[in-house]
Amino acid sequence: MAIFGKKEQQIVMDGIWNKNPIAYLVMGICSALAVTVKVETALLMAIGTSFVLSFACMVISFLRNYIPSNVRIIIQLTVIASLVIIVDQVMKAYAYEISKQMSVFVGLIITNTLVMGRTEGYAMNNPPWPSFLDGLGNAIGYSGMILTVAGMREIFGSGTFLGFQVIPQAFYQAGYINNSMLLLAPGAFFLLAAIVALQRSISGYKEEQQ
Amino acid sequence: MGHYLTLAVKTIFIENILLAYFLGMCSFLACSKQIKTSTGLALATTFIAGVTCPLNWVLREYVLRKGSLAWAGLPNLDLNYLSFIVFIATIAALTQITEMVVDRYSPALYAAVGIFLPLIAVNCAVLGATFFMDQRDYTFKESLVYGVSAGAGWGLAIITLSALRKKLWYSNPPDPLKGLGMAMVTTGFMAMAFMAFAGISF
Repeated sequence: MAIFGKKEQQIVMDGIWNKNPIAYLVMGICSALAVTVKVETALLMAIGTSFVLSFACMVISFLRNYIPSNVRIIIQLTVIASLVIIVDQVMKAYAYEISKQMSVFVGLIITNTLVMGRTEGYAMNNPPWPSFLDGLGNAIGYSGMILTVAGMREIFGSGTFLGFQVIPQAFYQAGYINNSMLLLAPGAFFLLAAIVALQRSISGYKEEQQ
Repeated sequence: MGHYLTLAVKTIFIENILLAYFLGMCSFLACSKQIKTSTGLALATTFIAGVTCPLNWVLREYVLRKGSLAWAGLPNLDLNYLSFIVFIATIAALTQITEMVVDRYSPALYAAVGIFLPLIAVNCAVLGATFFMDQRDYTFKESLVYGVSAGAGWGLAIITLSALRKKLWYSNPPDPLKGLGMAMVTTGFMAMAFMAFAGISF
């Protein structure tokens, strides 16, 4: 069995594009909107969530034959919460200022449905290595999505990228104004709707009408 | 009394947990296709948030805080780093217990809201309310008011969206926007409308 053969590549690609967690599965939207005012916070969130997601999938997959099915949700939550505590403590130690800005949203990785959805839907029925890859693929897909949202919000909302001014001063003198609506809640909703629509029109996914 | 009323109004309208903090988006988008479903979910969330928020306050104050275990001979123990796991365990356990109690004593209520209870264990809005309570150092009464109104604010938002989605059923948007896309645009407009409440102060 190849460590990284065709099948494994397929698993990762599904997460990144074909079945992108945000556009296709409608999961993990809370944090996609809440931490994306700046690229800096979104980047940290992406790293944190990727870590939790891939390792939660792997750990749950190792345990899958020992978990009684009626308490599986609580066990999954415990594993996820422990990983989130690690992320939170590391962030507080090495990136205190940014972790302050992210306030409660690091803790809310626990209830990010993306993590629960992957552990419940994939890791419970598959061996550790594919589960880890599945988690990683989804994490990359998710990170790409929130970084896109964050990039657009920061560039068009405050004219900066990672804190550096990217829109030249001449533009402002010519009458250009930052679109501050993008920094507020409604702007985030509209932007994510547009991105989801774009992703779906390219990947050709259609939602069924009820 | 006025203080608590202000806190409630602020939590439900001005700092609506969904429309201003984006918490609980997943079940908000997934379960808002029918008004009946979303009403059940809204009631269940309000109840669970209203119970877990003060309960977690008690745990935080008497178990997790530094020095709170002095009576057990451990005055220097600081268990704050365990707060995530304790909070989520409380919520998960409480939803499980509520589900069993409701199932046993009121089958009618169980039929109406029971099926949503497991969903609430992973609703960001409930855990988010607890985290905000923790971060803002509310008192016990404040945490009770905050929990109930955070749940109620979330419920208000989901019921409104499901009513709007019913109307949207007759529209014919471009294919990629169908479903999730349209729901999100509608939510954006709702968030914009709720921003008008920001001017209210007591």
